[in-house]
Amino acid sequence: MKALLLLISVAPLALAAPANAQSMQNMPGMNMPAAKAPPKKKPAAKPATPVKRKTAAKPAAKPTPAKRGAPVAQPKAAAHDMSGMGAMPGMDMSGTAGSKASPKPDPHAGHDMSSMPGMTMPDTAGGTMNHDMPGMNMPAGGTGQPMEHDMSSMPGMSMDGQMAGHGAGGTSLAPGNAPAPAAPSDHYADRIYQNGAMVDSRSMLHNEHGASTSSMILFNLAEYQVRNGRDGYRWDGEAWFGKDLDRLTIKSEGEGVLGGRNGTFMETAEIQALYSRALDPYWNLQAGVRYDFKPNPSRTYATIGIEGVAPYWFETEAALFLSNKGEVLGRIEGYYDQRITQRLILQPRVELNLSAQDVPETRIGAGISNAEFGLRLRYEVRREFAPYIGVSYDRKLGKTADYARADGEGVKATSFVIGVRTWF
Amino acid sequence: MPPVLNRRDLFRGAALTGGGLALSAWMPAWAQPVSAGIVKPLPTVTGNDITLKIAHQMMMIDGRASHAIGINGTVPAPLIRLRQGQTARLSVINDLDEDSSIHWHGLLVPFQFDGVPGISFPGIKPKSTFVYEFPIVQAGTYWYHSHSGLQEQMGHYGPIVIDPAGEDPIKSDREHVIVLSDHSQMHPHAIFRKLKQVGGGYFNYQRQTLAGLMAKEDQPLKDRLDWGKMRMDPTDVSDVTGSTYTYLVNGHGPRDNWTALFRPGERVRLRFVNASAMTTFNVRIPGLKLTVVQADGLDVRPVEVDEFQIAVAETYDIIVTPTDDRAYTLIGESVDRSGMARATLAPREGMAAEVPALRKRPLADMKDMGMGEMDMGGMQGMDASGGSTMAGMDHAAMGHDMPTGAAAAGGMAGMDMGSGASMPTTDKTPGGSMARMPGMGAPAGDAMAGMAMGEMGGMNMRDGSKAPQVKMGPGVQTISPMPMDRTGEPGQGLEDVGHRVLVYRDLMAVDRNPDVRAPDRAMEIHLTGNMERYMWSFDGVKLSDKREPIPFLENERVRVTLVNDTMMSHPIHLHGHFFELVTGHGEYSPRKHTVNVAPGGKVSFDVTANAIGDWAFHCHMLYHMHAGMMRVVSVRPRGEAA
Repeated sequence: MKALLLLISVAPLALAAPANAQSMQNMPGMNMPAAKAPPKKKPAAKPATPVKRKTAAKPAAKPTPAKRGAPVAQPKAAAHDMSGMGAMPGMDMSGTAGSKASPKPDPHAGHDMSSMPGMTMPDTAGGTMNHDMPGMNMPAGGTGQPMEHDMSSMPGMSMDGQMAGHGAGGTSLAPGNAPAPAAPSDHYADRIYQNGAMVDSRSMLHNEHGASTSSMILFNLAEYQVRNGRDGYRWDGEAWFGKDLDRLTIKSEGEGVLGGRNGTFMETAEIQALYSRALDPYWNLQAGVRYDFKPNPSRTYATIGIEGVAPYWFETEAALFLSNKGEVLGRIEGYYDQRITQRLILQPRVELNLSAQDVPETRIGAGISNAEFGLRLRYEVRREFAPYIGVSYDRKLGKTADYARADGEGVKATSFVIGVRTWF
Repeated sequence: MPPVLNRRDLFRGAALTGGGLALSAWMPAWAQPVSAGIVKPLPTVTGNDITLKIAHQMMMIDGRASHAIGINGTVPAPLIRLRQGQTARLSVINDLDEDSSIHWHGLLVPFQFDGVPGISFPGIKPKSTFVYEFPIVQAGTYWYHSHSGLQEQMGHYGPIVIDPAGEDPIKSDREHVIVLSDHSQMHPHAIFRKLKQVGGGYFNYQRQTLAGLMAKEDQPLKDRLDWGKMRMDPTDVSDVTGSTYTYLVNGHGPRDNWTALFRPGERVRLRFVNASAMTTFNVRIPGLKLTVVQADGLDVRPVEVDEFQIAVAETYDIIVTPTDDRAYTLIGESVDRSGMARATLAPREGMAAEVPALRKRPLADMKDMGMGEMDMGGMQGMDASGGSTMAGMDHAAMGHDMPTGAAAAGGMAGMDMGSGASMPTTDKTPGGSMARMPGMGAPAGDAMAGMAMGEMGGMNMRDGSKAPQVKMGPGVQTISPMPMDRTGEPGQGLEDVGHRVLVYRDLMAVDRNPDVRAPDRAMEIHLTGNMERYMWSFDGVKLSDKREPIPFLENERVRVTLVNDTMMSHPIHLHGHFFELVTGHGEYSPRKHTVNVAPGGKVSFDVTANAIGDWAFHCHMLYHMHAGMMRVVSVRPRGEAA
């Protein structure tokens, strides 16, 4: 406020010395870029010659006299006095008001900006402020509303030189509410390039702007497992093919034993073929079939599940499986990629398998049948190729553990793993 | 040959064949893998009859050979120099094995010559020729590029300069055309595939890490959790980065050191074109003030800045007056600070100046997510245009009891911006920026603080009711709860660079706008996307969804508000028209063909639909467009039944 008063008191000085006028752009609150865009004065009450381009070319131009003119020309009809504004090139309220370009008389012509510090726009002045003060850009909704501004804070309100002579029309005007026209059903180019000349290119246009097909094959796990007794291997991968919303997804996972007491064999192996449909920005609904090669006897399942990114960037997957023997299984898995550096990434991972019933045939018990916790540290040589090491802890639970014990197998296993995460 | 060319040594050595192929065009730099400086102006074609041949070629960048698609053997394509008032006849030969096209970006041409396959013409078949012929009705700096597939990324772009019919009001002793672009050794289809496969993180090697957290860099833990909860990455500033791009000046890499000559004391006009596929540049020349005199081909009142941001497809003409007999470095830093385009301004060949290091990359903040002012400690949010910004805020959409907002919504009645506010005695931000004004900051900031919006989780980031016309679906990750008019703010990452940065609100037309009527109506278009799936759209609709066009009537004037519901900036281009930015300049609003909508921001423009036909309307981020961020705008004569 003090600065503002100061500014105003300095105004006459600035008037006298155009050079000073420029320094006003450094005014604390006002910030008028007088130097940068020497307000091409309003053509309106212009006693000076309004040669716009010339003015623009030389920043030192003194817009002052022009602005002065406007208010003077306005016999305080609106009980405002702009004269104090003379030195404020950045504000030029008069310009708009007095502009001949203004199609209609402006009730705001010549506000007394000299009293800016405490300025209050009387109700009577009412009307649409956005005609006078384009720089303020009042919302359209303000049209016709009474203005009771305490303009004391004006400096804060974008008087940043944008007010400099820009006329009352153009983008300062509020839009009307004409109805939108109906969209045409024809293509204008067909009138010029006839006989179907546009057909192929139009089809290509659509295909190339949002209808592309893509695909990806990812092996999140492909590893050798070192553990007490019998080393093993494991894979967990997924591939998809399709467009943004609809995709064919193939999943496969499994594990086996290398050179154990019973030799090398595959313990579990499954493949799923799923139709995947985007549900929302992050989640896909997936439905299809799952076939287990191992363990024997094999099973076929109808599958439904979701896959996506949960809050906090957890890659998550949950599925229900209904077997051809009527058994219901479930699976939940998730992992999180913690970047340690841009290329060194730690991936905690958990997988829970569930069953609704005992399935002695495949040695699965009701409840949580087994749980796997993994921690894998990879280095992204490229995004697509990341060798990793880690640990994996696998625990059979409940009845499943009982089956295992009965079979003389262990119920838990800790493995050191080494593998490669890869995709393309 | 237009006489204007004679006095410009810019064209020294260029192939002025008066319309033939400029075959001398591209001079390989392989003799100097890392050059002391390449003083080679762009090859130029001019005259009434010009032939352009699109073909595969190799180009050398920083001493490395790279495959490209060029025109007349050169990347960028030759400078097309025309004169306002002439008629241009451009025969374009497509020597590729696929369809191609040329769109004259910013030129007002009959719609059938606009060059967008599938909208304005059938495209140019392989091994065939298409002849464009149209009158040149305007002057200024423009450019041209392919509108087919992803050819533009491979080098199919070049500058256009049109000299005014009369005397050029912008005086200069010399000029240089500066075409900024991005080039990758990866095929553009491979780039797009990576984006589709893993979203925005593939090319970003400046993400937040645990190491960074422990070093107390970037966001504190709480913010990281907040952002993680929303599945938003604040480092996601550019989709494709310097990890694969080399940034070019006139086809030359930073180590090639393309050099523009001057004599000390000359007024040098630099015509900047951002012909990148995906890169927003922050341009500066340390040691020189940049006077912006033209934007998107049309003259603006001079604005002196230290740095400006140029979005994809924009052009800016700058005047510099280097007085010292020394070299200056011209830097085009990519907005995510992953690399830079670099050239040298020097009195003589072979000179170089210090090349400053890349600055720290910006982090997106809550405003970039369209959450308004919640993060402002002071007045940052009101940046540069207090009143206007407030007007720009979507008050109707704000379900908060916000004093300032409420006042504004009510026609600003009773608005009291706090008369007791103390005014600073000094304002360090040069002109135009009201931003850091405590005078305003105090009250408004308090008001905001009182909104109890500190908890990010408390705001619904995907409230479709705030954007009824948006088709909510998997392609719409977020809806900005409180998008703001950010045209008064410096571009992303330029808030605190310590010197004057150009903002849109600085731009003001020299000539009165040709149409100063009030808009007949207003409409809103939302810029929507999903970084995770790499889907981009308008109002949740991709071009491939085959919706009806966005209809305009001939000579209808419409206020279009673009609302950015994403955390990326989008340079939006409307073909066949200039539009007036609604930035508070009334009848002298800046007229542009491309406007960059800041993340979480919004921009309004008034457009007079005076060009009959169907026109492309799209984001000029090439891969955003390719993902579907494009629509057709139809302009039909009144009375013609729809």
